[in-house]
Amino acid sequence: MMFGSLSVIGFGLSAIGPAIGVGLIFAAWINSTARQPESANITRPMMFVGAALAEALALFGLLLAFIQNKPS
Amino acid sequence: MSGAAPAILAEEGHFPPGTDSFNYADWFGGLPKGMITTITFMVFLGVGLIILFFMLANRNPKLVPTRGQWIAESLYGFVRNGIVKDIIGPEGLRFAPYFATLFSFILMMNVFAIIPMFQISPNSHIAFPAVLGVLSWLLYNWVGIKKHGFWKYIKNSCIPSGTPIGMYPIIVPIEFLSNLILRPVTLAVRLFANMFAGHMILLVFTLGGVALLNAESVFLRPVSVVSFAMAIVMTFFEFFVQLLQAYVFTLLTAVYVQGSLADEH
Repeated sequence: MMFGSLSVIGFGLSAIGPAIGVGLIFAAWINSTARQPESANITRPMMFVGAALAEALALFGLLLAFIQNKPS
Repeated sequence: MSGAAPAILAEEGHFPPGTDSFNYADWFGGLPKGMITTITFMVFLGVGLIILFFMLANRNPKLVPTRGQWIAESLYGFVRNGIVKDIIGPEGLRFAPYFATLFSFILMMNVFAIIPMFQISPNSHIAFPAVLGVLSWLLYNWVGIKKHGFWKYIKNSCIPSGTPIGMYPIIVPIEFLSNLILRPVTLAVRLFANMFAGHMILLVFTLGGVALLNAESVFLRPVSVVSFAMAIVMTFFEFFVQLLQAYVFTLLTAVYVQGSLADEH
């Protein structure tokens, strides 16, 4: 017998896309910084904005995983 | 699995932390429900600490700053130069005090999540991030309407320049929804969900450690050390997340204000 919630599996699925997205964003920032170190300060805020926007999707999944009908 | 789980859970039933772990009892019975709890106390305490800190730091400013003055000035300078000036440009410097207040308030609220004796962030209740999100929404809409006028602002934010007319039926609803409706929602939910998840992770490892320590099987008890060690590691990770979320909230508000001020969107 196993305990748990199916919605957590849904959260796991919804975390795949943002994980890839955030990885790509940081990879791109490291790439551009390696090519042109003086541009690091210009691109850093953009990296955080992009990472925050991508990460939000995974967090929506997390919230939806907690919304459930309580079997009272 | 089936043998181990009930053996761990046999003790108190605290262990799988849920949304109930975020409810705090009222301090005084007579007042309306939820008026003074640990959460609201933390908000007042945090605001008081911020006001006190900045007033004390700038009470007697010196040319060669003392330690407190240096911290206050570098905090303000970070927001003013690193966020507002870089994103909005010199036009946005009049908003720098608001952004500095926003940043220090969110940071203070977030850091409460790892301060001993409190260990929960008020931002892990949706009410506080929601108010902050609505404030940001009011700010960037007000700024845009004041600069461009109502209809021009709506047009600027709904129609990206250079869109072919045939695409309007698709683009306009999407842009309207994402720029004018959903922005405060995503701002609030991002901050809330990060704090919520952080508190939940810490609860899982700490309460899991307690549950393992009280396990019936002797062999399971030493495993609690691993759980407590993970709780400590996660606390440091949480501190990083809290800094990052305060930064991201301020940064995104600045990006939205910049979008409202820009002539062509």
